[in-house]
Amino acid sequence: MSPRVVFPNKVLPYLLLLPQLAITIVFFYWPASQALYQSVLREDPFGLKSTFVGFANFRRVLSQPSYIDSVQTTAIFSVSVAFIAMVIALLLAVMADKIIRGRGFYRTLMIWPYAVAPAIAGMLWLFMFNPTMGSFAYMLRSAGIQWDPLLNGPQAMALVIAAAAWKQISYNFLFFVAGLQAIPKTLIEAAAIDGAGETKRFWTIIFPLLAPTTFFLLVINTTYAFFDTFGIIHAVTGGGPGKATETLVYKVYNDGFVNLNFGDSAAQSVILMIIVILLTAFQFRYVERKVHYG
Amino acid sequence: MATVELKDVRKVYAGRVEAVKGVSISIPDGAMCVLVGPSGCGKSTLLRMIAGLEEITEGTVSIGGEVVNTRGPAERDIAMVFQNYALYPHMKVYDNMAYGLRNRGMDKAEIDRRVREAAATLGLADFLERKPRELSGGQRQRVAMGRAIVRSPKAFLFDEPLSNLDAKLRGQMRIEIKNLQKSLGVTSVYVTHDQVEAMTLADTLVVMNQGRAEQIDTPLAVYERPASIFVAGFIGSPAMNLLPAKGTQNGLALAAGGTVNPKETALPAPGRDVLLGIRPEHMTLVNDATAADLELKVTAVETLGADTLAHGYPLSSNGRSEPLIARLPGSVRVKDGDVLPLAVQPGMAHIFDAATGLRI
Repeated sequence: MSPRVVFPNKVLPYLLLLPQLAITIVFFYWPASQALYQSVLREDPFGLKSTFVGFANFRRVLSQPSYIDSVQTTAIFSVSVAFIAMVIALLLAVMADKIIRGRGFYRTLMIWPYAVAPAIAGMLWLFMFNPTMGSFAYMLRSAGIQWDPLLNGPQAMALVIAAAAWKQISYNFLFFVAGLQAIPKTLIEAAAIDGAGETKRFWTIIFPLLAPTTFFLLVINTTYAFFDTFGIIHAVTGGGPGKATETLVYKVYNDGFVNLNFGDSAAQSVILMIIVILLTAFQFRYVERKVHYG
Repeated sequence: MATVELKDVRKVYAGRVEAVKGVSISIPDGAMCVLVGPSGCGKSTLLRMIAGLEEITEGTVSIGGEVVNTRGPAERDIAMVFQNYALYPHMKVYDNMAYGLRNRGMDKAEIDRRVREAAATLGLADFLERKPRELSGGQRQRVAMGRAIVRSPKAFLFDEPLSNLDAKLRGQMRIEIKNLQKSLGVTSVYVTHDQVEAMTLADTLVVMNQGRAEQIDTPLAVYERPASIFVAGFIGSPAMNLLPAKGTQNGLALAAGGTVNPKETALPAPGRDVLLGIRPEHMTLVNDATAADLELKVTAVETLGADTLAHGYPLSSNGRSEPLIARLPGSVRVKDGDVLPLAVQPGMAHIFDAATGLRI
């Protein structure tokens, strides 16, 4: 039995919880309930009155070809971001794990990008790859590549994927480094004595033992790519060219706040909410189940 | 199967810390060599240098007559048992044992034969399909042994393999390891800080202190003729009594007062500062003070059943001096405040130079 801390003051605990509760209510429960409410209403073109339409908004959204396109875009975007961010982070973590002198310095440098705000990260990449003034765009063109993310959809997609992945590498790196440190050195030594070369050791010992970390990061990265990349997309492409980089989250914003179609937008955000809930449940189900080794 | 030979092996870390300061050991084929010493004495570093897990700063390590300094751990044909077993947690027991053989590209049928044979020897046949986390400490220890045996390497290296087990299991595994090593006849190097393990397992005992081998000999020789104060104090429990004394014409004048003249002992030159070493078990209770070499004023008694340990100080010192412990038969009844007349058994006194700490 773990002893319970008992506060003699009956009011203070609630007062201490109040700021957090207020923030959650104002920024989550209120807008979420609004979205739920809006998703079953349809507004007339002049915004004068709303009528209850049941699930009509959902039916309409789900039958829109543009919504299916956006689902596809989101899938490509998320899988690419998660995959690239994790592979590069793992590679860097494995290399950083080998450094003995100045390892703290390298690690600090690797972690910095995480502190950059999404919109700033987006701007950074936008400038670097801007067709008229970006130095990387210049290099790409001199390498014979027709670089024009403003008109070329796949190129714009590549750019937002790169920017979004870059920003997430730091986070993944941290977890992979911690995961690598948790693997006992003697295991690696035992494998070395057992005649496994470095590559073999990685794939047969290190990678399987990192599986819990990898799985956790997969969920986190997917969630990130789904929901936290709005700032980057907004800054770099604004969902364009056309709808080439319009992910589901971006479409909610576009339909709701740009095109002012509240009913559709609310229905979409409710769908997204369900996806988040499922992802989180999945994560708790499998990640929280502690993996015991040894 | 092979000899293992170390010649002036040194290890310097980062150009400053000297962990091993020139150790030479020659282990004959099939022998068990135990490295024992307090933590930080360099014994594990030495073992890791034999394994190829640490670079050798100076000197040579030869296995089977070949210098292996530049070879990686995999190319030295050795197997190592680690303190934490280092079993691959995601692999079944079978795969743990087969891993090293598969890496060497051995034939599947041969791998299977060897793994099953080792598992049968170690009583692990029923556990081959289990993961290490489903095994007890002793079973994990056996798997680690099995992983070493299946390879039939030139040498086994043990790095404190029993220190994670409870006392009872440790005693049992100690015997098992000894029997296994003898029956397989594989040259072994065993690192431990436990002197009981060291004494019981070793053919050759190496007592290490601060990066040096203080004494290399058979366990009994180390016990009977410790080469230095360090060895004298490290091997044996309770530790040897060490009393500061000075050589005189007619015996040893204790700094604590009184003169001792142990029988069958070569006395140091008069005036030489020495330490008189007497093991607690080498003192006998005598009838009266005239026959005694020393008188022990008892301050604490430990009754162990088989033995009684009497703690105290030499009566002549009046409590100012070195503590003195005597191990007496369990039948002797002693209580606090008693004065026990004790005789040193003939030839059982050890004399060490006070300045160098070496045996005279």
